[in-house]
Amino acid sequence: MEPVTPSQPERAPGTPVGRRVVLGLLGAGVLGVLTGARIQDFLERTVGPIVAKDGTGLGALLPFGRFRFYTVTGSFPSRRADEYHLRVRGLVDAPVELSYADLRAMEPTALTRDFQCVTGWRVSDVQWRGVRLADVLDRAGVAATARAVRFTSFDGAYAESLTLEQARRRDVLVAYELQGAPLSSAHGGPVRLFVAPMYGYKSLKWLDTIEVVDEVVPGYWENRGYDVDAWVGRSNSRDDEAT
Amino acid sequence: MTTAAAPATVHALDRFDRTERVVHWCTAALGLMLLATGAALYAGPVSTLVGRRELVRTVHVYAGILLPIPVALGLLLPRRGRAFRTDVQELNRFDDDDRRWLRRRTHSRSRPAKFNAGQKLNAAFLAAAGLVMFATGLMLRFPEHFAVDIRTGATFVHDWFAIGVALAVTGHIVFALRDPDALAGMWRGRVSAAWARHTHPRWYERVTGRPADRLAGGPDENPSGRGGGPR
Repeated sequence: MEPVTPSQPERAPGTPVGRRVVLGLLGAGVLGVLTGARIQDFLERTVGPIVAKDGTGLGALLPFGRFRFYTVTGSFPSRRADEYHLRVRGLVDAPVELSYADLRAMEPTALTRDFQCVTGWRVSDVQWRGVRLADVLDRAGVAATARAVRFTSFDGAYAESLTLEQARRRDVLVAYELQGAPLSSAHGGPVRLFVAPMYGYKSLKWLDTIEVVDEVVPGYWENRGYDVDAWVGRSNSRDDEAT
Repeated sequence: MTTAAAPATVHALDRFDRTERVVHWCTAALGLMLLATGAALYAGPVSTLVGRRELVRTVHVYAGILLPIPVALGLLLPRRGRAFRTDVQELNRFDDDDRRWLRRRTHSRSRPAKFNAGQKLNAAFLAAAGLVMFATGLMLRFPEHFAVDIRTGATFVHDWFAIGVALAVTGHIVFALRDPDALAGMWRGRVSAAWARHTHPRWYERVTGRPADRLAGGPDENPSGRGGGPR
């Protein structure tokens, strides 16, 4: 046996494979950040539907076809349904205040649509239930000078708007149910907006006030660079399939 | 520095010093916390079970920010980090024996030194994944500085590396539980000479100066031999 010095590891002559693995993975990480949007988009279209139908439940652990939760304030605001009131004011014949029960008593509308986020994720076949925004507006009576509708959230920061024409579409809801259950706080409950043909950020969460106004006021995300007219597939330089 | 004395008949070898063990267990605690809170944030069924999203997110973010600190201290502390740095260097280097270890045909003939090739690859993967998760995690925490596509890319990378890390960590824990001697090495810092001789023969030879002919097998019959790992 050759003499060994206990304090020194043998002068490893080998190749620095460890370093190469680390650098290779860092490179993969950078490449993934740069191209991930396109890869994710492709995967959502091809693998996403398969994962959504998978019966084992394991699919839920894969990063496809799920909601991701965003809040623009520090926490998820919460308000109990029995304390909830939706105010409609501005250029209206008479301002109204609708309780959660009032909304529930109005004629319900159910919609099943894909939910598309401007950051790329998409959830297929989401079931919404609520009342048409147009019906809510008619409760207050819209003045002839009105051109747009502005929405604010009880989180104190989030705001959105639609033109009056957009707001009157049949696929724009004041929603209170998601996938057959009352809207949770994380999903924007108890009551949120659902603008089916537009990117998710238009569907304002934690809906508090609807104000009828004479021009479109850019909302929270629009002040941060997103398009005001947020049609899925025709805005924000994206080409997603329309919802 | 060791807390438990080995049985008198089998002498023990120092495998990991205090710094290395503190670095290992602090990183392990933070890593497990990150995996658990990450699952609570983004694995659908778990997140509805746990709730308390805001608290979970805060814990996740702070654990993530702290994650690199133990390893950084191990790399930077001039005196106390010496053994750690030596081991990092050894983990980095692959020789012919590592190639033997990785090939099924030649695996049984390999004679690992302090680490086998699997441990080296695991260390390299987790080091890289830790850096990638840290960087993309910061991007997700401060998204306002990045374009939408880049944010989506960061989410994509964070998701898939998380799955890789979960698999690697699970494998690491399973192997450790199957080999109580190896686990004791990281827990108390010492391992039995017999285990070292059998599992890491070239390391055994290096620290004891005695041959570790694997064919001889059997318990260690050199209770008089001096222990003492690289220091």
